[in-house]
Amino acid sequence: MKKVSYQKLENYNPFFWGLVALNGAIIFAGLGAAYVMEHRGHIVSGMNNQIVWGLPHVFAVFLIVAASGALNVASVSSVFNRPEYKPYARLSGLLAITLLVGGLSVLVLDLGRPDRLIVAMTTYNFKSIFAWNIYLYIGFLALVAAYLFAMMDRRASRTTLLGKAVGWFAFVWRLVLTTGTGSIFGWLVARESYDAAIMAPLFIAASLLYGLAFAVLALAIAGQQLHENLVIDEMLGKIRGLLVIFALAVLYFTAAHHLKNIYGSQHRGVERFLLLEGGIYTGVFWVGQLLVGSILPLLILAAPMFGRSRVAITAASVLFLVGGLAQMYVIIIGGQAYPLDLFPGMDVSSLFQDGQVAHYGSSLPEVLLGMSGLSIAMLLTGIASRLLPFLPRFAKEQGAGGTAAA
Amino acid sequence: MRQAVVRRIRTIATLLLAAALVLPVATARAGNADWLPKPARGKGEKCVADTQWMRRNHMTALMHQRDVTVHEGIHTGRFSLERCIECHAVNGADGKPVTIESPKHFCRTCHDYAAVQIDCFDCHASRPDAKAAKIGNAAPERSSKADAAVLAQYLRSLER
Amino acid sequence: MSCRSNSDAGCGSSGACERAAASSEAVDNARRTFLRGAAALTATTLAAGVTLYVFAGEPAAARSPGEKAIAKVRWGLLIDASKCSEGCTACVSACQSENGWRDTGHPTTDARWIRKLTVKDPGNGATFSLPMMCQHCAKPPCVDVCPTGASFRRADGIVLVDKHICIGCRYCMMACPYKARSFIHEPLDDQRPYAPRGKGTVESCTLCVHRIDEGRTPACVEACNEIGGGAMLFGDLNDPSSEISKRVAVYRTTRIRDDLGTDPGVRYMNI
Repeated sequence: MKKVSYQKLENYNPFFWGLVALNGAIIFAGLGAAYVMEHRGHIVSGMNNQIVWGLPHVFAVFLIVAASGALNVASVSSVFNRPEYKPYARLSGLLAITLLVGGLSVLVLDLGRPDRLIVAMTTYNFKSIFAWNIYLYIGFLALVAAYLFAMMDRRASRTTLLGKAVGWFAFVWRLVLTTGTGSIFGWLVARESYDAAIMAPLFIAASLLYGLAFAVLALAIAGQQLHENLVIDEMLGKIRGLLVIFALAVLYFTAAHHLKNIYGSQHRGVERFLLLEGGIYTGVFWVGQLLVGSILPLLILAAPMFGRSRVAITAASVLFLVGGLAQMYVIIIGGQAYPLDLFPGMDVSSLFQDGQVAHYGSSLPEVLLGMSGLSIAMLLTGIASRLLPFLPRFAKEQGAGGTAAA
Repeated sequence: MRQAVVRRIRTIATLLLAAALVLPVATARAGNADWLPKPARGKGEKCVADTQWMRRNHMTALMHQRDVTVHEGIHTGRFSLERCIECHAVNGADGKPVTIESPKHFCRTCHDYAAVQIDCFDCHASRPDAKAAKIGNAAPERSSKADAAVLAQYLRSLER
Repeated sequence: MSCRSNSDAGCGSSGACERAAASSEAVDNARRTFLRGAAALTATTLAAGVTLYVFAGEPAAARSPGEKAIAKVRWGLLIDASKCSEGCTACVSACQSENGWRDTGHPTTDARWIRKLTVKDPGNGATFSLPMMCQHCAKPPCVDVCPTGASFRRADGIVLVDKHICIGCRYCMMACPYKARSFIHEPLDDQRPYAPRGKGTVESCTLCVHRIDEGRTPACVEACNEIGGGAMLFGDLNDPSSEISKRVAVYRTTRIRDDLGTDPGVRYMNI
């Protein structure tokens, strides 16, 4: 076993500063957008009385789901006893925190009354999955912080016991949290494409995929700035394998969900809409989620020699993340666009767009707000990496160093 | 030498700061506080509670009353917001009660001074008379006369 | 007070009674004449109201002002779709002017507490129409999902939004199977004092709770009856002697999407 130490992101690389500036600008724009939305009302957004959750929620749920899965690398090392993943555990914990903070920021800023956040944090209706989620998310942040402490503090990390205990706790908490996130949609009886228990395991599989993809990207960017390969050669095959398994799991649950809806005639209408006649939703599903987001990266990873290279894994990760955004878009917005079925078997119309497919065009404030969540996560990761040693450093003779990752 | 200069500058700065803080209070005689808010008198002889008590506790009273009204359906009571607004309406230049947009609004005279934002009037009407409120340009969907005509036609069609 | 009717009750000093007896006879006659005239006048003016009474259903049994809403009562509506004319929107207009919402030309973001649905059978093209509003379910999904408990069901069955604690997350709008809820997308400045509504919160039909608590009927029901439609009936579903309960016991009524198990308080006939 090679000797592993940890390092900070100590580098006055113009690439780093460029990223900081870009993320900072996007965050600033996003905050401005949130201010406009709060001041003038949601009329400036594309959301309406039929499509009540729009692009900000797509980004927010995407980031929250990825956050829970990002901890998986650390879980694999301590809960599943794979020491080769240990060097990446710290960054994995950091990513879990920053992605969750980014997602929650967007969610909170999009509230109709964000000034009532204190009310949301003190008044609870515990039959609501949202209320449970508030506790689950805050608890997750605290738990991962404790996990990081157990890993990074000199005295606490002397034995692996504390790390393992907190690691197990965090693992179980993560499963409950992601189940809760999936159940936000899965437990709704009103909309035809929700109301399915399979949303929970679908979200768990998705979290594993997005989290690992984010970790690969973070390692690639950090490696670029440190001029060394943080994903060492031994890990390439393992990470590739994990990405493939997680992607296939997501495909499986997606297929199971859609096939069940197609089979009996009850939900065939919404499936016809999503898969055939939904315009942008159909396009985003087939091209964005499946082709670009699942098939293409799987093909890249399956390529005989190339598939195990750093380039392939990084490229596949980017594509998986694009597919993840597309999947969230189809689930959240496509699911809302299809009209409610008040009189099954009849055609309903009204001045409130009953029976009509709703149109959603995202506005600039929404795009900025959504992207700012991603930027918050990236900026926080970058800053934290400069302050504390989250990144692994592999001893020179074992093949680290050389040209930076693609 | 330098230390002495620094010390002198620091002393002068402290004295100036102290003067700036004390001066307004020192020059004000009791009862001549021009900058304090002067809320308008409400209608009637007195408020439903003692003024000093109200000033300290109106928020608590309102918070309790709102729960009672919304969750239990009791719209009466000493601290009903509608009642407060009726008595404490301040008339503007046109003789009609002003809304929260005007700094003359009763609640704003104190709240602007204390820089405490009022949340109530995002939802609640800030003046008593609904008919005086701006109705807006869009007409309602249909007048009832037209509705009656449509209904009559429909009923006639049923008879066929 | 006539001395004759109250011999023990202390007429006071002696002698005054005899004099009082004679004058009180005249007073009594005057009183009878007055009462006759008043009764005639009242009967004439009340006749129209009584007709409304019969058609509109019982007004809400007025609670005394300090009383809480109680669970013994369950307010509901009975809507007869066969009496609902497709082009008529009296109920919608009445709700708009009562509660202060209106069409501003943005149909996808405008508030809508009540709407007319036109339902067509795709097989033969036959249509019917009905008003659709918050169904005031006994097991409301919107109440289940609200994180702060702002969406709640009052003891007497009315489902409301406590806008003091609504954070505007719109989860209840996702959860409602009837699309009953609207989100307020713009700042407002012309609210009715008895129907507060504001930017960033969610709202829906309140069953005119401010009218019910005074002992009146919802505005939509009143309007439908005022123009002679008679399609809507309001009353206490838990009171077997109320008009609505009697009709529900006799006629075949149903509720929309009853399969979802939400137990709506709004019943429909002929749908």
